[in-house]
Amino acid sequence: MATIHPKLSEELSQTVVSSTKSVKLKIKRSNPNVNSEQKFDDFVVPIEKWTTVLDALLDVKSHLDHSVGVRYSCRQASCGSCGMKINGKPALACFTKISELNSDSITVEPMDNYPVVRDLAVNMDRMISNHKKVMPYVIREDSEIDAESGIREFLQSPENVDKYIQFSSCIKCGLCNSACPTMAMDKTFVGPQALAQAYRYIADSRDKGKNKRLKVIDESHGIWRCHFAGSCSQVCPKGVDPAMGIQLLRGYLLGIRD
Amino acid sequence: MERETGAREGLKGWLNPGKIGKFGIERLAWLLMRLTGLGLLAYFIGHIYETSHILDGKAVWDKSLEMTQTTEGHLFLALVIGMCVFHTGNGIRLMIAQMGYGIGKTERPDYPYKPQSINMKGKACIYATLGMAALAMWYGMAVMFA
Ligand code: SF4
Ligand code: FES
Repeated sequence: MATIHPKLSEELSQTVVSSTKSVKLKIKRSNPNVNSEQKFDDFVVPIEKWTTVLDALLDVKSHLDHSVGVRYSCRQASCGSCGMKINGKPALACFTKISELNSDSITVEPMDNYPVVRDLAVNMDRMISNHKKVMPYVIREDSEIDAESGIREFLQSPENVDKYIQFSSCIKCGLCNSACPTMAMDKTFVGPQALAQAYRYIADSRDKGKNKRLKVIDESHGIWRCHFAGSCSQVCPKGVDPAMGIQLLRGYLLGIRD
Repeated sequence: MERETGAREGLKGWLNPGKIGKFGIERLAWLLMRLTGLGLLAYFIGHIYETSHILDGKAVWDKSLEMTQTTEGHLFLALVIGMCVFHTGNGIRLMIAQMGYGIGKTERPDYPYKPQSINMKGKACIYATLGMAALAMWYGMAVMFA
């Protein structure tokens, strides 16, 4: 059994956590399964320098109103579950420190351009199905483990990896699709998340599925609907820069890149 | 099945000025590109209609030309000049970006992540295009109101 170092446990038990500051959290509430009513509920929560919006929401759930609907899991910007609109801009609740918002009042709403499930939780089915449509995996006939041909692994140079590595950081949080103005009007637009992933695999030197993917995105509600507003890249919490991926992806269709 | 509440923002996602404040000059350029595109399309249709009067003889043609010889007509034409210049300038910027130039290069991202495609070169081009459109409108008005 793991034991805690006596010094450390002593230190922990003696650490006094006192909040001198508080913030007003305005949470947008709705439950479309019951009725179309939408309202804001205000809660005052204590904060520390390190308190994130998710911490504050969980504080509300623990002490003030346990019925607030919020989706989260990892609490460390890895799972992509806690996307929401924070003071009008899509962001991850677990990756947004309240102290950095420089405001005494924080408004949290569900992400735009997604159907609301309840309160802050949205339905991401459409994004996931668009993601699947672009075949987000390496496509090729032969296998890495092929005893006959002796292939053991598909070698890549650091330069090969640099071409796609930033796009492989995508955590499918959907913030980019929420910020995109084309998504706001076009319900069938494939979206920046899926387009960036199409680029991620096409640019991978191990992949042979370029033509299949280009066929999926080269249609009327595909890549040509993007007009480079760049809002997707501004909200991406992982440095994916989907807008860059989309412009580079066009190069394949325009014959500039092969 | 949940209802599609909030499934799409609609026009609010385009026109809300708060969005421009939050997403910057690139979002403004995107919006102006759409609006000027629609404006120029409307002007093009109106222009075809106006010039088709030439088939009805000189008197009708002269009368239709008079429509633009008013203060409102001049202001409208100045707006058309501005739309034209902005749409062209920004269109060139977009074409260059869409060919993969001026949007940075792919690399391993490092915290704090700064999207390379949103950069000073792009912003400078947008400001320059806005400036050129304003200048062209000013020049057009100077000529028309002279
Ligand atoms: S590209 Fe960025 S914002 Fe979009 S889903 Fe992936 S991690 Fe989220
Ligand atoms: S809880 Fe996993 S990304 Fe925020």
